Amino acid sequence: MTSADITTAATVGSATAAPRRVVAKRKKQRNSITWGIVGWVVGIIFFFPVLWMVLTSFKTEAQAYTNTPHLFFTPTLSQYRTVFDSGLWPYVANSAFATIVSTLLVLLLAVPCAFALSLRPVRKTRDVLFFFISTKMLPVVAAIIPIYIAARDLHMLDNIFTLVILYTAMNLPIAVWMMRSFFLEVPHELLEAAEMDGAPLRRTMREVILPVVAPGIAATALICCIFSWNEFFFAVNLTATQAATVPVFLVGFISSEGLYFAQLAAAATVATLPVILAGWVAQRYLVRGLSFGAIK
Amino acid sequence: MTAIAPPVAARRTARARADRRKQGWVRRTPLLPALVFTIIVTQLPFLLTLYYSLQSWSLVRPGSEHFVGFANYVDVFQDSQFRTTALNTVIMTVGVVLIAMVLGVALALLLDRKFLGRGVVRTLLITPFLVMPVAGALVWKTVMLDPTFGIVNFILRPFGIGHFNWVGSLPLGSVMIEMIWQWTPFMMLLVLAGLQSQPTDILEAASTDGARPLQIFRELTLPHLRRYIELGIVLGAIYVVNEFDAIYMMTQGGPGISSANLPFYIYQRAFLGFQVGQAAAMGVVVVVATIIIATFALRLIFTSFSGTEQAA
Repeated sequence: MTSADITTAATVGSATAAPRRVVAKRKKQRNSITWGIVGWVVGIIFFFPVLWMVLTSFKTEAQAYTNTPHLFFTPTLSQYRTVFDSGLWPYVANSAFATIVSTLLVLLLAVPCAFALSLRPVRKTRDVLFFFISTKMLPVVAAIIPIYIAARDLHMLDNIFTLVILYTAMNLPIAVWMMRSFFLEVPHELLEAAEMDGAPLRRTMREVILPVVAPGIAATALICCIFSWNEFFFAVNLTATQAATVPVFLVGFISSEGLYFAQLAAAATVATLPVILAGWVAQRYLVRGLSFGAIK
Repeated sequence: MTAIAPPVAARRTARARADRRKQGWVRRTPLLPALVFTIIVTQLPFLLTLYYSLQSWSLVRPGSEHFVGFANYVDVFQDSQFRTTALNTVIMTVGVVLIAMVLGVALALLLDRKFLGRGVVRTLLITPFLVMPVAGALVWKTVMLDPTFGIVNFILRPFGIGHFNWVGSLPLGSVMIEMIWQWTPFMMLLVLAGLQSQPTDILEAASTDGARPLQIFRELTLPHLRRYIELGIVLGAIYVVNEFDAIYMMTQGGPGISSANLPFYIYQRAFLGFQVGQAAAMGVVVVVATIIIATFALRLIFTSFSGTEQAA
């Protein structure tokens, strides 16, 4: 075999490789279009119930009750008017109060706690962490009876502060685990450098820890808000008229005489919207909150 | 010299010990409010539940409470409705978690590919999880699954199932459909996080070595995803076991108790039947079962996660 043979063989090889690459690229493009179509179809299927709820909320009752569903129609705001006129506002106010106050309390308790379990770890850190997570496993139904009786005896039934306390306890374990995962991200070298400089703890906090942890606090708050706003079990068992929250308002639609689909869809849309928006904003941190900080 | 040294050393170690103890408290203080609060709000009620479970007590007859020992527990284990709802709980939890996980893995694999508008599709897919469970159940019961006006039957009409009464004929199944819809995004998010943490160089090496996509998936991706899948199953199961909202809104546990799970049945016993003692005993049984199953699973999984964190 001469060297010329080898070079021709090499050029032949590269000549066939080039079109192959083009084919592969085109195949890849076609694949990406196929997957794009599949992705969009599946996405819309999963989103459809929400979309249908929103669409129905802009219909009249007559349009909502048809054998052949209308996809195109002249939208009306009358359902929303009815919902807000039927006294939704006090429920929204209660939900907002319970959500915001409990979230603030959670942060107040969880941030120092997570600090003590991460950057300056106490002994038995693991046990404390597992204690927190184990409280999430206790079925709430086993606690509701004593909570109900205690609230009754303390005249705290139908009191929004009862819900605030319970929502704080409900979200605290998630917040501790989540905040801890953020504290652990503070670079060690920075902490050591600050300590060597003899910087007081407060300054280290402000200048080294806070910048890293601040987004974590925001993400934790959003996750807590989502869970508190959506909570139903405590709300329906412990409140009546004064402290009832938005989910309890929705129950009223089921139990009242006759169902009004369009009106009900409007109420459900109002109830759902704040959390959907918050969740879209917090998307990046959703996994972290849901996995108790185990997955970044 | 030697006579003086020991007391000085002793004094020094005593002071060091006191210092260390003080340091310990400085470190512990930030932790205590959260810990004490959690113990009071979550553990105290459970102790009371234990106490109530030994009493016969009707909520509507004040002063009726008296000690009955383990009679309530005997009742619980002889109660056929308790067994039925326990079975429902198992069916519901296993069914919802497994189906949601299979769908979640499929959706995550889909989202792991590049295509136009992937971010938007991801946003659409996570939305069911964000929907208030009560509202989601309401929407499914009415505009989705209503026998005459629901859109599901409209879509199925060409296939000859035009007027199926979903919630009436398939109560447990209908509730499960709604829950699978809500929990699939949760599983998808966890699995997707796992997929995206997969080292790409290994995958590329495998495909240049001529490994087929299915082979890569089975031998590289799936083992890597294992702990993410386990985590999703355990966390999902913890929430799904306690499901209350969808049952309350869609079926009220009915007809009879055919779609009630244990939490719902206990709730009925306590708040509609006013049987505090019996409901408390059921609660204790459920808690003990949950603790046994969940402690092992959780420790296993979180240990595997923190282990690799240290290795990395």
